[in-house]
Amino acid sequence: MPQENPGPPAETPEPLLRVRDLTVAFTQRHRRDQVAVDHLDLDIPQGSTVGLVGESGSGKSVTSLAVLGLLPRRGVRLTGSIRFGGRELLGLSPADLRTIRGKDIAMVFQDPMTCLNPVLTIGTQVTEVLHRHQKLPRGSARERAADLLDQVGIPDPARRLGEYPHQLSGGMRQRALIAIALACRPRLLIADEPTTALDVTIQAQILALLRDLVTDTGTTLLLITHDLGIVAGTCDTVHVMYSGRIVESAPRGPLFADPAHPYTAGLLSSVPRLDAPRGTRLVPVPGSPTDTLPWDNACAFAPRCTRADALCTDRAPHERTEGPRTLRCHHPLSDPAPDPAPDRAPVLAPGPVPPTATGGPNLLPEDVA
Amino acid sequence: MRRLAQLVPILLGLSLLLFFWVRSLPGGPAAALLGERATPERVAQINRIYGLDRPVWEQYLDFLGRAARLDFGVSRMTERPVTEELVSRFPATAELAVVAILFAVGLGVPLGYLAARRHLTWIDNLSVAGSLIGVAIPVFFLGFLLKYLFAVQLGWLPPDGRQSPRLFVDHPTGFYVLDGLLRGDPASSWDALRHLILPGIALGTIPLAIITRITRAAVLDVLHKDYVRTAEAKGLTRAVVNRRHVLRNALLPVLTVTGLQVGLLLSGAVLTETVFAFPGVGSFLVDAIAARDYAVIQGFILVIAVIVVTVNLLVDLGYGLVDPRVRLR
Ligand SMILES: Nc1ncnc2c1ncn2[C@@H]1O[C@H](COP(=O)(O)OP(=O)(O)OP(=O)(O)O)[C@@H](O)[C@H]1O
Ligand SMILES: [Mg+2]
Repeated sequence: MPQENPGPPAETPEPLLRVRDLTVAFTQRHRRDQVAVDHLDLDIPQGSTVGLVGESGSGKSVTSLAVLGLLPRRGVRLTGSIRFGGRELLGLSPADLRTIRGKDIAMVFQDPMTCLNPVLTIGTQVTEVLHRHQKLPRGSARERAADLLDQVGIPDPARRLGEYPHQLSGGMRQRALIAIALACRPRLLIADEPTTALDVTIQAQILALLRDLVTDTGTTLLLITHDLGIVAGTCDTVHVMYSGRIVESAPRGPLFADPAHPYTAGLLSSVPRLDAPRGTRLVPVPGSPTDTLPWDNACAFAPRCTRADALCTDRAPHERTEGPRTLRCHHPLSDPAPDPAPDRAPVLAPGPVPPTATGGPNLLPEDVA
Repeated sequence: MRRLAQLVPILLGLSLLLFFWVRSLPGGPAAALLGERATPERVAQINRIYGLDRPVWEQYLDFLGRAARLDFGVSRMTERPVTEELVSRFPATAELAVVAILFAVGLGVPLGYLAARRHLTWIDNLSVAGSLIGVAIPVFFLGFLLKYLFAVQLGWLPPDGRQSPRLFVDHPTGFYVLDGLLRGDPASSWDALRHLILPGIALGTIPLAIITRITRAAVLDVLHKDYVRTAEAKGLTRAVVNRRHVLRNALLPVLTVTGLQVGLLLSGAVLTETVFAFPGVGSFLVDAIAARDYAVIQGFILVIAVIVVTVNLLVDLGYGLVDPRVRLR
């Protein structure tokens, strides 16, 4: 555990967001705690675009809500450290968090159809955040709001300000939500599945917009998705999350070129690729995200892993660093395959669809090409 | 406008039902008037005087024609035009209803809101239990209980009537609270208000329970909406999130339910006014039913129906003001 005791070397500046040992558990009376995020470490350097990828239920949204301080206060056990710009966020008072949210850290959520207040105009919903954090008077807030809508590609912004959410299409609403998020020029933007609820063509537009905006404004972006394809065209660094922990982190190139964790490989082979020969079947990761072991003394992915052996169900893999990547696996694909456990039939056969045999860093899925 | 046009068939149907229901009551005006002394001849004679010997449909058309001109005939009990009786008693009931609604909304919305914010705590449990009792308790019983406790035993508030007997003032509008202010006599306004408190609470308790419950459910629902999370993610202050994003949406169903309460309120007023000897529309209607005073029964109920329907129409229009999705449709 290289990052057990922090304190970055003097020459590397502290990343903008530095999450250490973050654990989020949902507690319920008469029930075992449900650990959604499990001793998670995550660094997001200033100015980077970082992807956080994992299947449904891996704890991506809970992680982002923890960063924003938006988890319910009751029924949640939250431990560890979240430092943002050198300041510890865990333990800040709700009032202090409110001064950071929307101003320094902003968020775009998944479903634009439900994320806007139906009874307020778009104008009110954009200006209220300007009013809150920049104390802009009404008139100039409205002007700025129109600028913002224009920036995110909403035509006729002055008229749109007076409209209600139901008068806008899904793509337009997501643009409006992006405008709201970027209104106060936040240092960190967290986008949680920002395109999942949209049509494929709109998805590509919104993604391109996000990409352009973060480049233009120098905003740091944490992009959360279950789709590696979306990350491929957008992020410098990718973290793959499984069952509340990050199992592989690598720059985009190496990660796509040769994934080391069997889970990453599984995710990759379930993404449609342009270079794949016609008729190549997409292979989903076998099993379901609920077939998981607690990380305490096993690898959570072991029940679904073809490379798993007795070691994997006996001890949790430590995080180790291999060149540019960090990895949490007993038997990564970079090692020779172990003998499969005798009682386990390999589900993801390394024969016909070797996950390592496909791909290169520039091979983008269609919707981001 | 289209909504207004819809009123016509509703009121026609209602008047028809009402007309025949009144005539199907056992006994009749003659029997009520004569009591023990009723003989077939005298009954027939009285029926002839009041035009009750004519064919029913003819009576109905006659009634409709005059009702359209706000003429509901003459009360047999008081020998005064029904419209006049109505106009003189309506302000009392209106004042009572306003107090009851203010009590129900003014207490129910904060209570329901608090219960939702403190979901599953003792405050919440208390409000749920309270609203169950609130809807179950008979208005009659509650009225007597309040009167006994606060008027008879403690003597804090007057037990009945609209004003204290020694106060004799002229009443330009008939709304006593308003009249006192208009005449520059706040003491008599205060006196009238004190008379409204107990009946207002008795009448407002069921609406209070319902509004508390609806507010609680609506706030709980809205608190989990994505747009509230968006509002929180913007870092808006708690007050702005609650007022602009939570309450504003949660109050939409509350508004509808409050409108529906007005109808129930007017039927509750009949009981409340009787318990508190409150000279309003309701207590007069009870007397009229006992006396089989057809003209009063028909006129009063029809007017009450118009009021209920109008209030609901206003609520619908108000809903359109707060919910833009409705406005456009
Ligand atoms: N309010 C909550 N109460 C209890 N458990 C919760 C709550 N919110 C999330 N969880 C649990 O935490 C785990 C992680 O959820 P999370 O929403 O972070 O997943 P995700 O990776 O964002 O998945 P998705 O792709 O579906 O958004 C899930 O198992 C979920 O059941
Ligand atoms: Mg999620």
